[in-house]
Amino acid sequence: MSELAIEHLTKRYWMEREDREVVALSDVSVSVEDGEFTAIVGPSGCGKTTLLNIVAGLLPYEEGTVKIDGKKTSGPGVDRAVVFQHASLLPWRSIIGNIRYGMEMQKRFDEATMKQRADHFLKLVGLTGFDRHFPRELSGGMQQRVNLARALAADPVVLLMDEPFAALDAQTREFMQAELLKIWAQTSKTVLFITHQINEAVYLADRVIVMSARPGRVKDVFRIPFSRPRTLSLKRDPKFLEIEDAIWQLVEERPEDIGMVADQREA
Amino acid sequence: MKRKSFYQRNETAIVGGISVIIVIAIWQIAWSAGKISPLFFSGPSAIAKRFADSYQHGTFLADLKFSGVNFAIGFLGAVVSGVILGVLIGWYRRLEMVLSPFLNALYATPRVAMVPLIIIWFGIGMWSKVFIVYISAFFPVMINTIGGIKATDGDLLRAARAYCASDWQIFKTVAIPGAVPFILTGVRQGVALGLIGVVVGEMFGGSEGIGFMVAYGSQTFATDTTFVGVLTIAFAGIILTWLAERLERRFSRWRPER
Repeated sequence: MSELAIEHLTKRYWMEREDREVVALSDVSVSVEDGEFTAIVGPSGCGKTTLLNIVAGLLPYEEGTVKIDGKKTSGPGVDRAVVFQHASLLPWRSIIGNIRYGMEMQKRFDEATMKQRADHFLKLVGLTGFDRHFPRELSGGMQQRVNLARALAADPVVLLMDEPFAALDAQTREFMQAELLKIWAQTSKTVLFITHQINEAVYLADRVIVMSARPGRVKDVFRIPFSRPRTLSLKRDPKFLEIEDAIWQLVEERPEDIGMVADQREA
Repeated sequence: MKRKSFYQRNETAIVGGISVIIVIAIWQIAWSAGKISPLFFSGPSAIAKRFADSYQHGTFLADLKFSGVNFAIGFLGAVVSGVILGVLIGWYRRLEMVLSPFLNALYATPRVAMVPLIIIWFGIGMWSKVFIVYISAFFPVMINTIGGIKATDGDLLRAARAYCASDWQIFKTVAIPGAVPFILTGVRQGVALGLIGVVVGEMFGGSEGIGFMVAYGSQTFATDTTFVGVLTIAFAGIILTWLAERLERRFSRWRPER
């Protein structure tokens, strides 16, 4: 059974500024199997962030269903955890305190388990020795590791990742992608990963879902055939470039999609 | 690289200290030479003597205690109620809508203009002074607290919600800690305004306190007494503001921007 099932999801909202209704998502259906890494790519304004917010329970939805493990979602739940684009760490909490944060809010584990899990995921994301540091003392890449550890420590059924590496410089981003695959291999979580970077999606995912803009709908689905573990050199493989190019053709942004009609939802 | 010398490490303090000493020395020389009228001004030695006299008579400490107690009660009351009300107003938008017309009107009124009213309500004894300190220090604390709660980081709110945090958990773990530096800024501003309040209150009536000392000295042409009062207030202001600043910096340590 699929762990995450999005069925015929449509999301409309009222755009106060333009005094009209906007369809952010139109009849989107996506299912993610147990342990599968699925990426969603699309141009800005395709509603991918809206989609993630709905799955995370941060935005309500009226038409269609979102099911985790067969149960319809309503609001946030302990079965999901989000790795945010901005690290969103509490600046007054130490690194270990931030990793514990999700668990503390969800109150699923006792104190001893929380401590043990926090230590485990601190180590897994490679931040041993930084437990007493504060977020501002860490680089952007390290902060994203904390963001990831916080989500994994909460032990979700589905891990949602919202362009987590978009704000990092190119080199750090590549490194973090490789790190993410290593960490993921050890946790084998079901992942829904949002990105606008096509080669990031192809490199990381088992399946890449391509969305189109205005209204946001699923345009095509690509199954990525490469075996794991994958190394960064895969990005120069002809077959990889071929897939990347095929997706590129689909995603290519038309002028009216970017700039001409600025979409504040994606900003 | 050589370690910086003692002078280099303390340049600000040393240059500032020397400048103060020179100014006082020139002042004293002019005073000793009889160039300054004791009716309108005073000299360092006369001020020191007056201070020593009133200290020995016990009047200085009695005045200091009177003012200090009034300030402490009014200021603590202002901090406690300012923080509580500020948090509530910052958190509940409806409450803000209900209260803000009154609070804005009160905030815009110079506190000094209310002193005669306050004396009618509380008399010329201790409690009118306490209330003037209170009403002076209350607004900066409350306004900054409201600002702190409202400035809660949207990304942190979103993260807390995604991890199923209840409103109370969000309040405790995100809104309040985030507001602490703002609250302490309000406390620092409250110290300064509260000190003005204590002096103003005592000038308007009564027969005790540092503010009374200032007013009484000038009315009896004892200019050196007035100077003792003014310098005492200045000194108290420097120490209290310095303490408040240290507290503020201590709790802003985690802030990324400095």
